[in-house]
Amino acid sequence: MAHKGNAKTKENGDAAAPKAGAESREHQAPPARLTGAEILWATLAGEGVTDVFGYPGGAILPAYDALRKFPIRHVLVRHEQGAAHMADGYARASGDVGVAIATSGPGATNLVTGIATAMLDSIPIVCITGNVSSKVLGTDAFQEVDITGITLPVTKHNFLVNKTEDLAHALRHAFQIARSGRPGPVLVDITKDAQQATAEFDFEAAKPKPYRPHPMLRVEESGLAAAADLIRDAKRPVILAGHGVMESGAMEQVRTLAERAQIPVGLTLLGIGGFPASHPLCLGMMGMHGEAWVNHAIQEADLLIACGMRFDDRVTGRLTEYAQKANKIHIEVDPAEINKNVKVDVALVGDLREVLEMLLPRIAGRDGAAWIKTIEASKGAVAVSDIKNLPDSGHLYAAHVMHDLWRMTGGDAIIVTDVGQHQMWEAQYYHHDHPRTLITSGGLGTMGYALPAAIGAKFACPEREVWVIAGDGGFQMTAAELATIVQEKLKINIAVINNGYLGMVRQWQEFFYERNYEATPLVSPDFVKLADAHGIPGRAVRERSEVEAAVKAARSAPGAYLLNFLVEKEDSVYPMIPAGSALHEMIRRPDRDPLEERADDK
Amino acid sequence: MLHTFVAYVEDKPGVLTRVASLFRRLNINIISLTVGRSEREGLSRMTIVCEASAEAGHRIRASLFKLENVVDVDDIAQAPSVTRELALIKVAATPQTRGRIFDLVEVFRARIVDLTSESLMIEMTGVESKIEGLIEVLREDEGRILEICRSGKMTMRRGHHVSSVERAMGVSSGEAEAAEEVPEDDVTTPIE
Ligand SMILES: Cc1ncc(C[n+]2csc(CCOP(=O)(O)OP(=O)(O)O)c2C)c(N)n1
Ligand SMILES: [Mg+2]
Repeated sequence: MAHKGNAKTKENGDAAAPKAGAESREHQAPPARLTGAEILWATLAGEGVTDVFGYPGGAILPAYDALRKFPIRHVLVRHEQGAAHMADGYARASGDVGVAIATSGPGATNLVTGIATAMLDSIPIVCITGNVSSKVLGTDAFQEVDITGITLPVTKHNFLVNKTEDLAHALRHAFQIARSGRPGPVLVDITKDAQQATAEFDFEAAKPKPYRPHPMLRVEESGLAAAADLIRDAKRPVILAGHGVMESGAMEQVRTLAERAQIPVGLTLLGIGGFPASHPLCLGMMGMHGEAWVNHAIQEADLLIACGMRFDDRVTGRLTEYAQKANKIHIEVDPAEINKNVKVDVALVGDLREVLEMLLPRIAGRDGAAWIKTIEASKGAVAVSDIKNLPDSGHLYAAHVMHDLWRMTGGDAIIVTDVGQHQMWEAQYYHHDHPRTLITSGGLGTMGYALPAAIGAKFACPEREVWVIAGDGGFQMTAAELATIVQEKLKINIAVINNGYLGMVRQWQEFFYERNYEATPLVSPDFVKLADAHGIPGRAVRERSEVEAAVKAARSAPGAYLLNFLVEKEDSVYPMIPAGSALHEMIRRPDRDPLEERADDK
Repeated sequence: MLHTFVAYVEDKPGVLTRVASLFRRLNINIISLTVGRSEREGLSRMTIVCEASAEAGHRIRASLFKLENVVDVDDIAQAPSVTRELALIKVAATPQTRGRIFDLVEVFRARIVDLTSESLMIEMTGVESKIEGLIEVLREDEGRILEICRSGKMTMRRGHHVSSVERAMGVSSGEAEAAEEVPEDDVTTPIE
């Protein structure tokens, strides 16, 4: 990995160590007088940054001018939204802080969607923006926007730096905030004059005060004891594993809890990878497009153990009917999440891994066989009649593509999805055994995320096989980053799941708006030709029989490769719990699906 | 229900926006907000009064703590405390009509702090209801009140109280917990 750094303190490091990370670095030169621009890069280098994603402009030019003196690689994006998503993808793949940089005004506003995406999924990124000189700040000077004001609600914190001597400290503080507690994006806006003027630079002296954990974190003896009692006495327990499993590096602890007490595990979309899909106790994804048996298990459960998840509305369905029979234990690092959507019986507010380390000694072996058997039985027919198992009739379903991709990559690739039906099919049919192998925008659901985020992921993990899975709609939102892939000579495979529609919206129109397909049919360019125009080879795939050869071709190509999968146009994601319905009120794949393969098809 | 939060925040640009933005986002109206220097170097003290559901209190406090510039937050809730508001009220009064207002000021234990031939200014400190009472009586005479400036509520817990921050910083939890619960007889005699 190109990256180094504190990422690993989270996953492998000492649990007791502060998460603040990157404390000491080798390049602590004695204090020197540097320009603000130099201080920027020196501080980033000191924080362990090796790659940044950005786009230049007037207000950030002093910084760009100084870049050549520092061992940091700058990736030129095609749109600043891409820069923020790349930093985000980098952070998700590596566990470290990703960095994006942009100029003032339009450069800064273009970052906003990417920042909000990182905010809603708690992803540590630091965004640097230039701003006009402090003398004209607030005067509507050319390309001036109040970016700290604009991003206030979508950042964990932001800084406006107009004095060179404040810069190093603000940046180091930004990194600390981004990666500590519940991680998130931080923006540092630097006026042009603060980049140009000089100040004494002392990396060590710019170190922020020790990170102060949220004062309302609370794991009490009585809570641990109550949780242990509930687990011991439960007949139908389910673990709900969320993104926090990865963020806190608690994969082993969750697994130990599940195995020791024989408790099945349901995953949120962002929890995928935190518990191996191939594990016998893994139920799969819960929620709106979760497997029927997972949602049924939750509705029937007498105990839910929520680990690093926040009971999002896509996961709970109608709250008044959510898991009515279950006691709830919530282990969560953010006190503001406790009792927000779902009232819980025991709240253990702290870092998931640390809490589980405290809880595990109190957990004894348990016989969970009866409950597991009940759940297994409820999978029954559904699992067998699954579309991926149907004989090839010539139709190409997205499910086939996901299934074959999973099979052929051995489930080992880093998959970066966009948002829509294909995203849900990926979550259903590509089985992830390892953390940080599914990179997807969950909370904000940002179309256009996949391609740039995959570029970030590839920089974080250059040795890994990286696949983009995007819809025909979302792919076009950020397709300009194909040129970035070429400029940076990246080996990224791209699968466009081309159904000719804004599919997920079309599905809602089909179910809830009387098939009024308003503004969802989509004319697209020939994606293979588009790739070709960038010098990226590719091919179209129309039948299931072609999938394997196409995936082989992509994987063995030396550089990037694009596959345009022309799939069933009006297929829908099943099961589906309509927004606002209860978890058990799901829409199933119709028995006589007009799309379903039949023997006489071809 | 009415919530009163006392927050210690860094005395830096933009901090008020961050705090206010949190309430704006929840679509909670801030009924009153006072800010000023505190006993702690570099920290301002805010008293924020708002109307929100009982359950919202925990979340607002937890969310306030998530703001980087917020150092301490106390949810006063029903705890024994003293709340005061300051009001400056300018009323029209000539030498002929002053006498009646002097009497009122006396009754309400307020003070006259400025006097001209056409107007006078009343300064009054007290609980909200007392200030409202004075304003109401003054309003009985149409056109008499020229200006009202009210500070909003300032609140302080009664007795000795250990902040959650000190607790987080290592005052042993038993001690701090005990200190938090102000025993009834420890409460300083209420003045009214
Ligand atoms: C930026 C943005 N705009 C709009 C939406 C609403 N939206 C959600 S899914 C979707 C359709 C996506 O279509 P496509 O990319 O073709 O994927 P498909 O669902 O067909 O697999 C839309 C428009 C969104 N999530 N993000
Ligand atoms: Mg589509």
